Amino acid sequence: MTEFLISKYNYWIYVILIMIGFYGMMAKNNLMKKLIGMNIFQWSIILFYISIGSKKGGTVPVIDPSLHPAIRAIDYINPLPHVLMLTAIVVGVATTGIALTLLILVYRKYGTLEEDEILEALKK
Amino acid sequence: MVRVLDDVVIRTVSRILVPFMQIYSLYVFVHGHGSPGGGFQGGCIMAASFILLAVAFDLREAKKRIKERTNAIFCALGVFIYAGTGYLSFLYSGNFLDYGKLSNLLPTDPVKARYYGMAMIELGVQITVMAVMFSIFLDLVTAGKHEEMLEEEE
Amino acid sequence: MNKIAALVVTLMVGGFLFYSTASFPKWGDPNQPASIHVSPRYIEKTLAETKVPNAVTSVLADYRGYDTMFETSVIFTAGIAVMMLLRRSR
Repeated sequence: MTEFLISKYNYWIYVILIMIGFYGMMAKNNLMKKLIGMNIFQWSIILFYISIGSKKGGTVPVIDPSLHPAIRAIDYINPLPHVLMLTAIVVGVATTGIALTLLILVYRKYGTLEEDEILEALKK
Repeated sequence: MVRVLDDVVIRTVSRILVPFMQIYSLYVFVHGHGSPGGGFQGGCIMAASFILLAVAFDLREAKKRIKERTNAIFCALGVFIYAGTGYLSFLYSGNFLDYGKLSNLLPTDPVKARYYGMAMIELGVQITVMAVMFSIFLDLVTAGKHEEMLEEEE
Repeated sequence: MNKIAALVVTLMVGGFLFYSTASFPKWGDPNQPASIHVSPRYIEKTLAETKVPNAVTSVLADYRGYDTMFETSVIFTAGIAVMMLLRRSR
């Protein structure tokens, strides 16, 4: 039981971050706080993928050119999750930029950023 | 309104730091092949240098260094360089983005031509990321009304 | 949605995610399924096929060059969309 707790504690940290972001998206009333909750959710998923690619005793995946024929894949950590998450970070920046633009337009039209006041103004 | 800061320490330090930030971003871009770095990282640091100029001084100073029209052309130029390198290997009967066939154009062997093809596309990525980050910052700070924000002086 | 219902739903989702971490591989295992299929080939062949020592750059720009091209076009589209939504002509 202790070994089970200690060997997988990194996944639990990411699950706690996912829960914090999810609660922020659902329960808060202000639109800006919902956006920050979505951002926390997104970054915790990126951290989870990066933690998959680690290997015990491995080093940075920059290969020393002096040992050309005898390269073993077990000495270096997995470069594939890092590459995929570079793309995911840039897509996250694009999504946040457009979401902030939409918030500016909502504020111009309704004059407020609280969700219940916007829903009341929509019903009329 | 965009307020003007008049603090001597911030103005002096940012005036010294901005050229060093730009040289550091080019360093990170060029050393992408041998150590951690590359196109995205260098582009973000170069955009951060312009944003530091806009935050520490007036917005007008940052727009004097790089005009909006030039910035919009840079946005599209990076994607054009990337796709253009991909199309270049069509001329020598290769697949799309096949850098080995570029050895007919550059005077190297096919293995080294992949090295140079990667450097060309990283240049395209850096230019696009820098221009788009600065453009999104300018649009969000002034909420679209560029000319109005610059005219009102306090 | 009031806050009690949101808290209950969050705790349920968190419980399911905690239960599913029992079947994940250990942290730092060299034989996990993410590291045995195609990534040893990338690490071993990157210096021989392309003379670039950095495995991350060679996978990003050469072996997976399509993904990087479309991701560059995604951020270009985001810049254009923000320009079109916010700027008004007088």
